[in-house]
Amino acid sequence: MRGAPKLLPRHRAPRWAELAVLWALLLAAAAAIGFIAIYALGADTQWLGLSLGLAFALLAFGAVVTGKALVPQERKEELRPSLDHDKDDLDLAVYVQEADEGITRSRLLKGAAGVAGLTVVGALLVPLASCGPFLDVAQLRRMAWRRGRRLVDESGRPLRADEIAVGSMTPAYAEGVDKKRLDASLIVVRLHEDDLELPRDRSGWAPSGILAFSKICTHAGCAVSMFRYPLYSPKVPKPALVCPCHYSTFDPAAGGKVIFGPAGRPLPQLPVAVDERGELRAAGPMSGAVGPSWWGVDE
Amino acid sequence: MRRLALVVLVLALPSAAAAEPNGRQLYLQGCASCHGFSAHGVPGVAPDLHGAGEAAADFYLSTGRMPLDVATGEQPLRARPAYPPAEIRALVHYVGSLGGLKIPAVHPERGDVSAGQHAFVVYCAGCHQIVGEGGVVTGAAPPPLKDSTPTQLAEAVRVGPYLMPAFDRREIDRRTLDSIALYVQTVVKHPQDRGGWGIGHIGPVPEGMVAWLLAGGALVLVARLIGERMER
Amino acid sequence: MIYRLVRFIDTRTGQTPLMKKLLRYVFPDHWSFLLGEIALYCFVVLVGTGIYLTFFFDPSSREVVYHGAYAPLRGQQMSEAYRSVLDLSFRTKAGLLMRQTHHWAADVFLVAITLHVLRVFFTGAFRKPRELTYYVGVLMLALALFEGFAGYSLGDDLLSGMGLAIAYSVVLAIPFVGANLALAIWHGPFPGTTDFFSRLYIAHVLLVPVAIGLLLGLHLVTIMFTHHSQFRGSREREDNVVGTPLFPGYLFRTLGLALAVAAVLFLLGGLVQINPVWEWGPFRPDLSTNGAQPDWYLGWLIGALRLMPGWEPHIGNYTLIPNAFWGGVFFPFLVFGALFAWPSLERWITGDRGYHHLLDRPRDAPWRTGIGVGFFTWVGMVFFAGSSDRVFVELHISYTSQIHVYQVAVFVLPFVAGWIAKRICEQLLRSEAHPLRGPGGGRVRRTETGGFG
Repeated sequence: MRGAPKLLPRHRAPRWAELAVLWALLLAAAAAIGFIAIYALGADTQWLGLSLGLAFALLAFGAVVTGKALVPQERKEELRPSLDHDKDDLDLAVYVQEADEGITRSRLLKGAAGVAGLTVVGALLVPLASCGPFLDVAQLRRMAWRRGRRLVDESGRPLRADEIAVGSMTPAYAEGVDKKRLDASLIVVRLHEDDLELPRDRSGWAPSGILAFSKICTHAGCAVSMFRYPLYSPKVPKPALVCPCHYSTFDPAAGGKVIFGPAGRPLPQLPVAVDERGELRAAGPMSGAVGPSWWGVDE
Repeated sequence: MRRLALVVLVLALPSAAAAEPNGRQLYLQGCASCHGFSAHGVPGVAPDLHGAGEAAADFYLSTGRMPLDVATGEQPLRARPAYPPAEIRALVHYVGSLGGLKIPAVHPERGDVSAGQHAFVVYCAGCHQIVGEGGVVTGAAPPPLKDSTPTQLAEAVRVGPYLMPAFDRREIDRRTLDSIALYVQTVVKHPQDRGGWGIGHIGPVPEGMVAWLLAGGALVLVARLIGERMER
Repeated sequence: MIYRLVRFIDTRTGQTPLMKKLLRYVFPDHWSFLLGEIALYCFVVLVGTGIYLTFFFDPSSREVVYHGAYAPLRGQQMSEAYRSVLDLSFRTKAGLLMRQTHHWAADVFLVAITLHVLRVFFTGAFRKPRELTYYVGVLMLALALFEGFAGYSLGDDLLSGMGLAIAYSVVLAIPFVGANLALAIWHGPFPGTTDFFSRLYIAHVLLVPVAIGLLLGLHLVTIMFTHHSQFRGSREREDNVVGTPLFPGYLFRTLGLALAVAAVLFLLGGLVQINPVWEWGPFRPDLSTNGAQPDWYLGWLIGALRLMPGWEPHIGNYTLIPNAFWGGVFFPFLVFGALFAWPSLERWITGDRGYHHLLDRPRDAPWRTGIGVGFFTWVGMVFFAGSSDRVFVELHISYTSQIHVYQVAVFVLPFVAGWIAKRICEQLLRSEAHPLRGPGGGRVRRTETGGFG
């Protein structure tokens, strides 16, 4: 502008830079139009990404060349402002404190304000407890399994003892209970009866070697969906239920004992009985709390 | 003494060069050293093949898992089959004559892919990963399923090789098996990579590598082009 | 003309003096100072693509039967949320591009933050007067980690659902109050009610982005107040700032960086598949898959959960410390505690209470660099332990053996690495060589006595 002082250093933009930026901008526009066309003609994700990404990349190129070659280049130096205003800090502190001076019961009032503030804020937070159950954790102790409850498959059909083969893996659920409940799902396996090593108080829990365990890992709640069962025993690991999340490994023959991994307690076992129709039923509740451990678990 | 008898027997057998391969002869040549002269197994070395069935024999031989390559460790791994198809058929016939499961019939085209997906996640995904990329169980590596034929899949399901559980027809019926085979033939072998390069179909691990190496690398490069370097 | 515009605005707002100062604000130029901006621009892309996704996503866990385009899931039960993600990916034009760009932006956001934190730490940029900036930054890191987890968990697919089950278990594992907290957040035992998804959604699209936005503003403002730090150079001193002014030079450079970030993210979003939720299928608590991993930036937590031995101390009839607490709560608290405490710790150890506007090269502070390398090696090893099962799949090295090795290495290697780093720093200081390029030339001068030195 005429008459205005010159503020930036003299600079002559190199011709290559001007042309490069020009081309970059025009090609970016073309890519953007390409994007619009591709969107209208079927919107293939790969072509959309390529065209839009290219448009941005060209614009980026243009911007960087502009910044590093087109516009005047400066290395400017400026002094740092002081971050230390001791006199003003003192004035500010005194100013705030002076507001206090005429009040005789200042400390008492401040204490009361604190109490009032905390309680009112606390009161405002209390309705969040409706998100709960908050104080009552009874729901964590609910049990889908009790004596006599039938084991069913995914479609609700009762499981029969003669359908469970040795070396197989069968998911099962509590009849009449929502499958999504952690305490409802089971994994049922069958071992040879001579391979069982159940503790004495569970001697009747596995008729014909059929073992039922909670499917929910006691470590962090994933479904225990792996069962390793050797076709040929001697040189390979023994049968085990393994969780795919952190590889907690449970020994079904020994009642779900942890043999590797971070789980802190055994997989709960459900005592199983075969009724007069040959169907599988729970012979009692689970051996322990289902799902990941928490404060109230007392094993 | 047994070894001498073996040699005599082998020499006495007619040459199989021009005729149909002889399963028993092939067995003696390639398998008996571990599984025993009469296929009763050797304790601590190899199992008894009585009752193993055609299904197991065909599975192990056609996937190259047997003869066992001890160099790779305990778990039999998929490899190039050691025998041509005709010889495998003969060996399978011989082992089958010792009793056990026949080769299961499987018809993926009769299955339903959605039922297959669901059955796969219930029974298979825990070990083999949801799109059959293979996985880990303590003590073994359940293999990826990309190279399996429907028959090999069906055999594995019924036999339960190595550490795999075995699912009979009461657990996984024929229709479900067809559906699982269809799922493997379609989704596992040809996953729908609508999003572009599939980078292994196992999720966040390769994704993180791309974020660091491709994106991180590119953007650090851009930063270095834009910014300055330190004075020497 | 520009003059008329500026006159109009100034006569209505009176802000020209401030604008003059602002436009001439000096930015030091080192490339590593751009890492934080890369994170910033990832955040911008996240907000933009995220808003787009909210126009289509249905945050409801109500069950529905799928009848959409992806055949392997047809006829199956799933949540509305999952269905809406499938529709976004298969039916909505450009939907998959936006979804993938959004997800890549989240992953790269955390890559950039990590690189930025490392730069800030190893150059001592957190020292007085920048402690506030540093604390705000560490807080943003924590929020970003939560935000990413919440984002990919909204889809209710098999992989992220497993992650939520683990998150539930970790909350449950907090001593005394864990059960109360978990039941409150999930509105009941896992998987909770439809309320849980409402809460997760509002946290992800409103509460946390606003929090990050405000903290980001605070972060930038405190940087502006203290002015950016810089490396020592021929003109750079403690009492000045040397660099490029905001206008015109720096504006175009940072604009270029922003556009480059957008370019990389959209290219990835279209060309490289991320989180193909249709392949995972819908979540149900009784289902799981092998190879499930959290997004990369939570790898340190799955590593910690996998490495911990099964310790679950009891007290009377109660479980004092459920196992998931160690890896899921204790470990991240240690790490973040260390990050928060470091500026004070360093100040207390060195006794240095002065201003520092000039940055250290890592070699200039061998102790800090050594301790930093050791600390990040520790976190890094736990991180790698988290995916050692895939190493087993590829290289057939026994998984259980790897875990046992990691359990020891995770405490030994950090000390070794830290000690080596410290020694390298001391050596580099002595020889003044470039760490990668080796000794460079020195200056040769004629001395007064006529010789060369």
